[in-house]
Amino acid sequence: MSEDARWLDGNALGGRLQELFGAEMTAAPHRCQSCGTERPVGAHRMYLGAGTVLRCPVCDQIALVAAALPDRHVVHLTGSWRLEMPRS
Amino acid sequence: MAPALHVNSVTPDGQRRAPIRWQVATVRDSRAESATARTLVLDVPAWPGHVAGQHVDVRLTAEDGYQAERSYSIASAPEDATLALTVERLEDGEVSPYLTDELHPGDELELRGPIGGYFVWRSQDGGPLLLVAGGSGLVPLMAMVRHRAAHSSTVDTRLLLSARSGDDVLYRDELARLAAGDGLAVHQTFTREPPAGWSGFARRVDAEMLSHVGPAPSQRPRIFICGPTAFVERAAELLVGLGHDSAAIHLERFGPTGG
Repeated sequence: MSEDARWLDGNALGGRLQELFGAEMTAAPHRCQSCGTERPVGAHRMYLGAGTVLRCPVCDQIALVAAALPDRHVVHLTGSWRLEMPRS
Repeated sequence: MAPALHVNSVTPDGQRRAPIRWQVATVRDSRAESATARTLVLDVPAWPGHVAGQHVDVRLTAEDGYQAERSYSIASAPEDATLALTVERLEDGEVSPYLTDELHPGDELELRGPIGGYFVWRSQDGGPLLLVAGGSGLVPLMAMVRHRAAHSSTVDTRLLLSARSGDDVLYRDELARLAAGDGLAVHQTFTREPPAGWSGFARRVDAEMLSHVGPAPSQRPRIFICGPTAFVERAAELLVGLGHDSAAIHLERFGPTGG
């Protein structure tokens, strides 16, 4: 832990994910492809730069990279995700 | 088969059934909570309701089209008639100084929400509850405490609030009032300038303090920690070290990008 830690957590990505997937996603479980830890998206670490990077809170493996371009969103996902979408 | 749902309707667990949309809120009131924090009371047409712990995204658009977005925790209980955000002013912030200094009753503000399904607590989730706040990290935890009070819940709740000085404590009078009720214990620690005559904790959160505040790991409390990233990391590490289940520890960090 450092005093100038610069990450937030997956909760802060909730609005963007809801925009992209049409459903609340911070409680969705993601399993890390590297260490196998399963945690809710909200419990991941989020790094903001030119894009957004979500990392496993245990081993720091990348779980998601998202970039908002002028005309579209680009999202890269790794590991396994369980997404539940409302049908109505 | 589930009945058809209207656009923007929300299930009992607070999950939206419709794409999230930006909408315009109107400031009804703006009041100082401390030297650097203000509460904005907002009228939001068609607000679908929220769950304690959720946040909203706020978007500011400059005349040249430049936009800045930030997330702010909801301070009000779901049962309150109006939506309230408490915003800490960050000196070099891009958004917070506008919200705390420039917004007045009648002004409009773009937001979307409610957002989040992880850092949330409903009275039916039960307890015991351990809430640990660093500075204005108290905001989403206060929504939980207010929600608890609105339901006359007596769930065993321990709130530990770390602040630099007495002047930095948000909702001081309300907390004192609520702590007089059943089952809520409010503990405070001051890391820089304790109030005159203060005989309680006057140091950073440590393992001994967390043990004292409780509940014990054997009681399997639901734990919510909110504050600056370093504060949250430290408190979570200490709690895991005391034997608490890391899966029961919910974290919400805000950092230098949060202004």
